[in-house]
Amino acid sequence: MNFERIREKLNILADAAKYDVSCSSSGSKRTNKNKGLGDSSGMGICHSYTEDGRCISLLKILLTNHCIFDCAYCVSRKSNDIQRAGFKIQEVVDLTLNFYRRNYIEGLFLSSGIFSSPDYTMERLIAVAKKLRLEENFNGYIHLKSIPGCSDELMHEAGLYADRLSINIEIPTVSGLKLLAPEKDHKDFIKPMEKVKNEIIQYKTHKKRFKNTPIYAPAGQSTQMIVGATGESDKDIMYSAVHYYSTYRMKRVYYSGYVPVLEDSRLPALNTEVPMLRENRLYQTDWLLRFYGFDVRELLNKDHPNLDVDIDPKLSWALRNMQYFPVDINKADKRMLARIPGLGMKSVYKILNARRYRKLNWEHLKAIGIAMNRAKYFTTCNSRDWERKDLEPERIKSMILQHTQSKYEKMYNGQLQLF
Amino acid sequence: MKSTRLVYDGSFEGLLTAIFQVYEERLQEVILVPEASNEPDFFSESISVITDEHKADRVWRGIKAFPEFRTTIYRSFLSEKPKVELAILEAVRYVLKTKNASDFGHPAVLKLAQLSREVGREKHRMEAFVRFKRTVDDTYVAVVEPDFNVLPLIARHFKKRYADQVFMIYDRKRNYGLYYDLQKMEFVTLQDFSEEGLQHVLHTQEAHFDAMWRDYFKSTGIQSRINKKLHLRHVPKRYWKYLNEKNPL
Repeated sequence: MNFERIREKLNILADAAKYDVSCSSSGSKRTNKNKGLGDSSGMGICHSYTEDGRCISLLKILLTNHCIFDCAYCVSRKSNDIQRAGFKIQEVVDLTLNFYRRNYIEGLFLSSGIFSSPDYTMERLIAVAKKLRLEENFNGYIHLKSIPGCSDELMHEAGLYADRLSINIEIPTVSGLKLLAPEKDHKDFIKPMEKVKNEIIQYKTHKKRFKNTPIYAPAGQSTQMIVGATGESDKDIMYSAVHYYSTYRMKRVYYSGYVPVLEDSRLPALNTEVPMLRENRLYQTDWLLRFYGFDVRELLNKDHPNLDVDIDPKLSWALRNMQYFPVDINKADKRMLARIPGLGMKSVYKILNARRYRKLNWEHLKAIGIAMNRAKYFTTCNSRDWERKDLEPERIKSMILQHTQSKYEKMYNGQLQLF
Repeated sequence: MKSTRLVYDGSFEGLLTAIFQVYEERLQEVILVPEASNEPDFFSESISVITDEHKADRVWRGIKAFPEFRTTIYRSFLSEKPKVELAILEAVRYVLKTKNASDFGHPAVLKLAQLSREVGREKHRMEAFVRFKRTVDDTYVAVVEPDFNVLPLIARHFKKRYADQVFMIYDRKRNYGLYYDLQKMEFVTLQDFSEEGLQHVLHTQEAHFDAMWRDYFKSTGIQSRINKKLHLRHVPKRYWKYLNEKNPL
């Protein structure tokens, strides 16, 4: 092995892959067979964390950053003057195995720039995964990118070796895509997603009848959207996220605040700050939809197309819907408990459990660990002492903000001063 | 009345034997201490407990109906916190009497649950933060200094994961290690283990992969999003010593 050269390539191709946020290594059920290497049946493990606080679980690299496309938002676009490199298949296999054996990683995340054709690129990605699985008996986690526009046959094969497949929609609106990636067709993104969804459904039905059905992408598929590159609203983003969750049965949709990397008149200027707060609010909304039983139309709609920056989306919903409050902690059903600001799902379950034995009062709720500074305006419990005044939503909001400190405060205070 | 001080050998079986003895001899005022930290005094009578697998097993089977409680006991024992033995004894007594292992209103039960969770977190961290180095004879060696004695808990995880590789994870603090030779896993104590010695027997490729991992760590971070506070919360400083990516060459 020529270590110097590989090291150089690794630096280039890891740097180019870092804007992909997905790093999960959980949800698979691939066990170690015949004394092979690796096991991904347990929970995901983060082996380290970058200095920006994101988990490092997989070796996340591009096979190559040569690309025939010229998408405005991408560092690897054709017209960008950067160092280019490409791994050989064996080099990726060796790196993965050697990192895995040292317990640096849970597995491989392999993406690629598109060279010559989508199918040719996809074939190379599959070749890496196939080699790891069949020749090296590697049972660690493999996340492969589906290449837009590649054929169904290849997507079928990819799922046989990968734990997760993903294709990044990147730009949430079709018009945005036209503007920033004119050569790419929205349909090219959809086709592999559709195929993976159908394959997974098919696998599940076959599995019921034939025990030895080969597993297909056991950790499902995911996608990613860039936030803040094309002036889309939070509503646009979340409505399309919901579309992908329901239509293609995504395991996850990731939101990635746009990091300005290129000078382009169609994009925010280079000194624009990464919209981290907005990204955070979108993830909170995503959680409310997936775990708290909210419908996206409640949180974002015609009258309310963007999330508040200074308060979380659940609190914001509650302030707009004061008619449902206060909620009695000792009587309300699970659905309504989950809607009280300051209560997470864990607290909800603890409350449901604890109230079977005794009526709960403020002390109990504090011990359970709910955020009283928010919850107290929206609940009553077995205590004579509660917020009786009919407070206006605006007043509640200002009282809550007075007593909270957010690490993002600088950002929204700064934003407010503009008006 | 003078209380009884049961001195056990420090092993988990030893502790279970001691608990058996408490029941057998109907002892009321008891202090349970491991041999290593025993300081005799005038207020109690010291008795050495002779570890007996059969007796230990009787106690273990006695709480068979509460599998989660068993895990809780074992994990909190591995925390090596002073006086954890007493909490275990009290909790066992309470659980056997009430047949209820999840009443966190009881102070000992609650304490064990909390300790066990702490130990569980340390176990998970070790599964993440172990860093192997390959030696000339193709053994992969890692050195750790976990807060708690978690090697017995992580054994299964590593055996499953590295079924085809000879490896050793050595606990520097407690001076023993886990060794897997492709057939079986065992605990070993090395008389002359030193990290310096390890440096001399590294495989020729080791430095290259080590360097590439450091590089990878650097290039995968995004400068414009830097958040040191969050970073530190996930990777506390006390673990840095054995994380190659956190140690500049």
